[in-house]
Amino acid sequence: MSPQLIIFFLLAALAVAGALSLILARHPIRSALSLIVVMVALAGLYLLLGAEFVAAVQIIVYAGAIMVLFIFVIMLLNAGEEERTNLSRIATMAGLPLAVALGGFIAAAIARAPLLPPSSAAAPFGAASTKSLATLLFRDFVFPFELTSFLILVAILGALVLAQRES
Amino acid sequence: MSAFLLTALVKSVLLLIIVLTILAYLSWFERKVIAHIQSRWGPYRVGPHGLLQPLADGLKFLFKEDPTPAGADRLVYFLAPFLALTLAVTSIAVIPFGPEPIRLFGHETHLGIADLNIGLLVLFAITALGVYGIALAGWSSNSKYSLLGGLRSSAQMISYELALTLSVVGVLLLAGSFSLRDIIAAQDGRTAWGFLPRWNVIAAPFPQLLGFFCYFVAAVAETNRAPFDLPEAESELVAGFHTEYASFKFAMFFMGEYANMFTVSCLATIMFFGGWISPFAQTPLWAWTHFLPTAVFAALGLYLVWDGIRYETLLGKIVLPALGLILCALAALFALFPGANFFVQGPFWFLLKVLVFLFIYVWVRGTLPRFRYDQLMAVGWKLLLPVSIANVVLTSFAILMWGAR
Repeated sequence: MSPQLIIFFLLAALAVAGALSLILARHPIRSALSLIVVMVALAGLYLLLGAEFVAAVQIIVYAGAIMVLFIFVIMLLNAGEEERTNLSRIATMAGLPLAVALGGFIAAAIARAPLLPPSSAAAPFGAASTKSLATLLFRDFVFPFELTSFLILVAILGALVLAQRES
Repeated sequence: MSAFLLTALVKSVLLLIIVLTILAYLSWFERKVIAHIQSRWGPYRVGPHGLLQPLADGLKFLFKEDPTPAGADRLVYFLAPFLALTLAVTSIAVIPFGPEPIRLFGHETHLGIADLNIGLLVLFAITALGVYGIALAGWSSNSKYSLLGGLRSSAQMISYELALTLSVVGVLLLAGSFSLRDIIAAQDGRTAWGFLPRWNVIAAPFPQLLGFFCYFVAAVAETNRAPFDLPEAESELVAGFHTEYASFKFAMFFMGEYANMFTVSCLATIMFFGGWISPFAQTPLWAWTHFLPTAVFAALGLYLVWDGIRYETLLGKIVLPALGLILCALAALFALFPGANFFVQGPFWFLLKVLVFLFIYVWVRGTLPRFRYDQLMAVGWKLLLPVSIANVVLTSFAILMWGAR
């Protein structure tokens, strides 16, 4: 097994373990911490693909900013352990077969998908990946990119308006 | 592959030893400078001039009782100091300390562990994770003071991270690279008049003075240092997020804070003050500046010998002249071997600039009173963020009009 493959399986196992712990943990902070583990493991997988910029931004934005906000809110509300209700028990009962079914669907889809030659997946990345990403974002897809930033601006304004109406 | 791994391992261990020593003596440096600012002597009992104080502190940290507060979330409570220290120390691995490769046993290797072409982004990613150490310490301790400290710290770090990241965009535009080596290389040379170095802080076409101001203020806030040390404000929160931590876990937070100070100072040097580039021109007229490291080491060594002979205690009479003689021997080494002198230029200027920033850190702490919490938020969002955005706009406009350089 090549070192890349070993690292891939380690990171994948870490991501899956983090995701499982995210669902199984009873305390919101533990769940949030597990989600951070998943994010960091994903960033490691991006690095393995040669997408350095995406990996760094994954950590800066998701693990560094969004999850800090999550943890901030959990701390601010001082949320305790989640309680078991009738509804959550029903959700567990119904969820298990659904999870198995979803896993089956995904496995079937992967089995039917044509195998890509490994070189084509790694082609757009490499040493100049940041530059090629910038070219894509700011030249080829500049209109959708700017539209997305407009969307985010609208969302911020909406949040402000809602917060103002409360007080 | 294995040779690469081996060199990386050896360099990591060496750097860890050196950096941890530097961090220990940074606490001595801070206490001495603060003391002299306040007309005191500072530590001077343990060893000559208190030089063994960090060692005594370390031993004390090791042997203190280490209680866990009742009702603490044990796993997170143990995890938090590890996060704080490891992340802070890891970020130092990205920093390059000198331009010249070092040759040993047929291997050639650069100063610094990892030379990444997204070095700056990796640094910011590690810094961004650093907040968890503090936030989780505050939450897991099951104490109201800790919780308030952790809350304040996470809010403060989210607010100042924006300004911190935006303030270096101007430098990135000028250098056109995320690699710290490339950023330094882009600052080599002289400005139009020839007597000033072309460091980013004064570089054409748009000097990054605003960017540097925003960077340094935001960096002091990010490292939770005075006047932004609200998360551990002792007058209101006992000790903030580390109230419930004792013994070596407290020491880990302490070292993590100093490691962050060191990283931030290194980054300020690299981004705005030309890294290892000498402030003097590289013309024959200025060739004598190559012997400045020799002169500084020799002067420092001779002063230590002179001071040591007059010192009261016997230990001081032995240790201080010995230290001085080591420094003099180093100076002689640089003077006699041109290769050694050539090699030491980069690290000398780099560490000198870092030392200046560390001194400013301590100076600010000794001078300014702590901000109020609403003032802190106002400075972050209403002053630093708009100014750093304006810096980005103006820099890109200047580059568009007159080109980068």
